[in-house]
Amino acid sequence: MYGFEAMTFNIHGGYLEAIVRGHRAGLLTTADYNNLCQCESLDDIKMHLSATEYGPYLQNEPSPLHTTTIVEKCTLKLVDDYKHMLCQATEPLSTFLEYITYGHMIDNVVLIVTGTLHERDVQELLEKCHPLGMFDSIATLAVAQNMRELYRLVLVDTPLAPYFSECITSEDLDDMNIEIMRNTLYKAYLEDFYRFCEKLGGATAEIMSDLLAFEADRRAVNITINSIGTELTRDDRRKLYSNFGLLYPYGHEELAVCEDIDQVRAVMEKYPPYQSIFAKLSYGESQMLDKAFYEEEVKRLCLAFEQQFHYAVFFAYMRLREQEIRNLMWISECVAQNQKSRVHDSVVFIF
Amino acid sequence: MSTAASSSWGTALVKISPYTFSAVGIAVSIGVSVLGAAWGIYITGSSLIGAAIKAPRITSKNLISVIFCEAVAIYGVIVAIILQTKLESVPSSQIYAAESLRAGYAIFASGLIVGFANLVCGLCVGIIGSSCALSDAQNSSLFVKILVIEIFGSALGLFGVIVGIIMSAQATWPTKV
Repeated sequence: MYGFEAMTFNIHGGYLEAIVRGHRAGLLTTADYNNLCQCESLDDIKMHLSATEYGPYLQNEPSPLHTTTIVEKCTLKLVDDYKHMLCQATEPLSTFLEYITYGHMIDNVVLIVTGTLHERDVQELLEKCHPLGMFDSIATLAVAQNMRELYRLVLVDTPLAPYFSECITSEDLDDMNIEIMRNTLYKAYLEDFYRFCEKLGGATAEIMSDLLAFEADRRAVNITINSIGTELTRDDRRKLYSNFGLLYPYGHEELAVCEDIDQVRAVMEKYPPYQSIFAKLSYGESQMLDKAFYEEEVKRLCLAFEQQFHYAVFFAYMRLREQEIRNLMWISECVAQNQKSRVHDSVVFIF
Repeated sequence: MSTAASSSWGTALVKISPYTFSAVGIAVSIGVSVLGAAWGIYITGSSLIGAAIKAPRITSKNLISVIFCEAVAIYGVIVAIILQTKLESVPSSQIYAAESLRAGYAIFASGLIVGFANLVCGLCVGIIGSSCALSDAQNSSLFVKILVIEIFGSALGLFGVIVGIIMSAQATWPTKV
């Protein structure tokens, strides 16, 4: 019952909630980012990060550092935190935590399939996969020729199996179809996650439905903008939008017929939460849209920590860490390429 | 008392021995208070342990929350001991006299008051203690402020104890004739 979760939540979730809040206290602050933005080289970055929670992960790296090494080691920290929480969790928290990684699984599947299409080596692709989305038979993906084989050989044993019912075709895999497959899988995943959270009820359902609705709407806008000018038909585009969120169903109808960014803006400005995002962009500009969406997402994720006794703090922590790793990657790239003036273009401060 | 109203609930209730009511009252007083205290302690304890991993400094201060919950159980024990000293034997002709019934009901009510007041007080202090531990781990200036809320919460148990003890003073059994 909503409101009375405080009485029983701590039986199974109290310890882990306290752990995840402790992790959240270790996220980098504005002062840390200011120090990092003023670094001259990657070794300076490593030195500044050694004072934060990333210290133990970076200290053994030999001196000519690459940006990919920094990102890889920081991702390792996220994976360690996640695995520690997952092995301590009981149902339904363990299922919830597993749901958080299915997005990465989908990305890994698409990465390997695309890479195989472009004749890359499987081992090289496996190294680029996100560690949170690994599953046992992932290397076998390189063997499949079309989607039906993909499903039958590999994916039927993974948690992604139920999401495939909408996109099993016998067509061969090519770039366009792979993108459509990625978006269809992601749509099915978001809807499944949304239904699962609704079933959990209480504060978890309320906060997660807000966060997932924002995710669904953001993906709808990105799909629209990326498919302007491609051969994706309006009906196909309509099929890729999720069945929930603020934009469902009327916003989706309007977005499906948009042909340029200004029409998208006109549609989105009818919804007050998104009007503030689009107001930050001047007409015709879309580069800053990603950053504006990230900022809004970070704001909502931080709000999830204001309430106690629910599971959305776990989701929020994972997403905030991922945003932090994106920030670190951007800062490292700017420092490595000597373009420090552009550092603030894409860093989203969390606190 | 053979009244003509054969199956009235009032008659049935009045026929229950006042000693039954007293015993149930004493049981509820200690049992439900301890339930409340235990509930509060586990709510606080699980959060405190998890939060103390990243912020070990909070452990000694936040034991106060656990102590407040424990106090709730102690109130239950004290009242149970007081109530059991109020039990006296009366001759069997007097068991259903009005005075006896009054004494039995007084002990029953006192036990219920204390038990359920301590139940909710223990819950309240436990939940606040959990939030206190988590907030203290993030920002140590919050501890004292949240402790004030906890003190108000633990006053609820005290209210129950006070009224319970006043009620138990009503438990005067009829003197032997």
